[in-house]
Amino acid sequence: MNWSAVWAIYQTEMARFFRTIAQSFISPVISTSLYFVVFGAAIGSRIDEVEGVSYGAFIVPGLIMLSVMTQSLSNASFGIYFPKFIGTMYELLSAPINFLEIVLGFVGAAATKALFIGVVILVTAMMFVDVPIQHPGAMVLFLVLTCLSFSLFGFIIGIWAGNFEQLQLIPLLVVTPLVFLGGSFYSISMLPPIWQNITLFNPVVYLISGFRWSFFGTADVPIGLSLLAIGGFTAICLAAIWWIFKTGWRIRS
Amino acid sequence: MIVEIENLRKTYAGGFEALKGITLTIEKGEILALLGPNGAGKTTLISTICGITKPGSGHVRVGGHDVVTGYRQARSMIGLVPQEINLEPFNKVIDTVTYTRGLFGKPRDPAKIEAILKQLSLWDKRNSRVVELSGGMKRRVLIAKALSHEPDVLFLDEPTAGVDVELRKDMWDIVAGLKAQGVTIILTTHYIEEAEAIADRVGVINGGELLLVEEKDALMARLGQKTLQIDLQEPVSEIPEALAAYALELVEGGVALRYSYDTRGESTGITRLLRDLAAAGLSLKDLQTQQSSLEDIFVGLVSEGAA
Repeated sequence: MNWSAVWAIYQTEMARFFRTIAQSFISPVISTSLYFVVFGAAIGSRIDEVEGVSYGAFIVPGLIMLSVMTQSLSNASFGIYFPKFIGTMYELLSAPINFLEIVLGFVGAAATKALFIGVVILVTAMMFVDVPIQHPGAMVLFLVLTCLSFSLFGFIIGIWAGNFEQLQLIPLLVVTPLVFLGGSFYSISMLPPIWQNITLFNPVVYLISGFRWSFFGTADVPIGLSLLAIGGFTAICLAAIWWIFKTGWRIRS
Repeated sequence: MIVEIENLRKTYAGGFEALKGITLTIEKGEILALLGPNGAGKTTLISTICGITKPGSGHVRVGGHDVVTGYRQARSMIGLVPQEINLEPFNKVIDTVTYTRGLFGKPRDPAKIEAILKQLSLWDKRNSRVVELSGGMKRRVLIAKALSHEPDVLFLDEPTAGVDVELRKDMWDIVAGLKAQGVTIILTTHYIEEAEAIADRVGVINGGELLLVEEKDALMARLGQKTLQIDLQEPVSEIPEALAAYALELVEGGVALRYSYDTRGESTGITRLLRDLAAAGLSLKDLQTQQSSLEDIFVGLVSEGAA
């Protein structure tokens, strides 16, 4: 393993994050606060407890997941797309490194940034509501796996994208709706039975449900299924990236 | 030898055959200049050796390591300065050079980075962001990055394209300095004078084929045409009938005659020409000879290939 290369990529990607630390830090704090003002105070005050948890606290795992997923996607996709866009990809392709090392550097940095933002949101949320964490180990596991798997997915999008429009296409048109419809702000048991069944085809449901279970001990789907879903998603993304580097799809002519 | 290329072929997805069986060996410590027009295959050749492009068939070995099966060892020995100025604009100079050293698996060595930046007159700009630099400085940064991991072989893809004359001379000095350190240099260029000034060997590539590789001096001596210009005391309106066999050109308004001859020939015909000029009653004022440049040779070869 060329650990030196992994560290070089990781450090450079993190430097980009720290160059805009105010924006990276303040933006999630403000948006989380706004969610609490709108959903927690204005709308939440009219909603009873959900599965025995106050609505304000109930939306915290969903809010964290929403930000972590979108941040992982955008950080990882931009991280690998930018060298393609400015032409510095040649450096990665001509360096003595393999696909795993490139992925570890880029995806590791993207996942770290998303994790940081997830923690910032959790801390911000705790200033507004009491958030119990019944299974802290599982909470960390779900958080890390989500950051990792969505960063892997973002990496694939970044390699696929041929321009900035395509870079935004899947996150905006596919992922964001799936996250919003995946129970971020509600329990799927609140939906009519037909929609409950349809929602089960949304993979994000399993991630949010598992993450919420780690907080409150209640879940829309069995915790084992949630773990299986996130593990499977990670494996599929890894396999796809391995194939991309093996064939050189969109990166090596 | 440090680079061995064996029957290398490359056809792009669209069907364009960029390399048509290139075979070439490059000796350690030499400077090889690859000349060729646009689309000749120069950049594809370099890209394939460096790992940016996948080879179609054939083999490339660097330091004895195959660039496909032994890519780690092969690429560790190579530094590449691309044709385009591709740099992350917001990074500091010192950071971007340190980054490349890391990518190539070398441990951090601030003293080495400092030496490279000083060698390239970039030390004062080490904390400047790339976006703030001039075009010439950016090109130096590209060279610094390529040298950051102390490569044995350095590829320079049109290193002086679009730079001013002064900077071009600076680049030549840098290349000469690297050669003195034992670095093997392969450069592609459009500028014949560049190859003439710094290369040990010259390769001419066109249409994906290597038309010729030869020692620069030997090439010029072997293929070089010379011209003898004869300045006359009195102008003439036409070349005398007795001199028709020499294919002379009347130039400069009739006060000079130009005679082309091949240095490879057993006899240049100059002695006989001078005798016949005197017999024809022409008085000579001065004589000048001029050797054809590498450019003339290059143009000749490429047009021959195209014909």
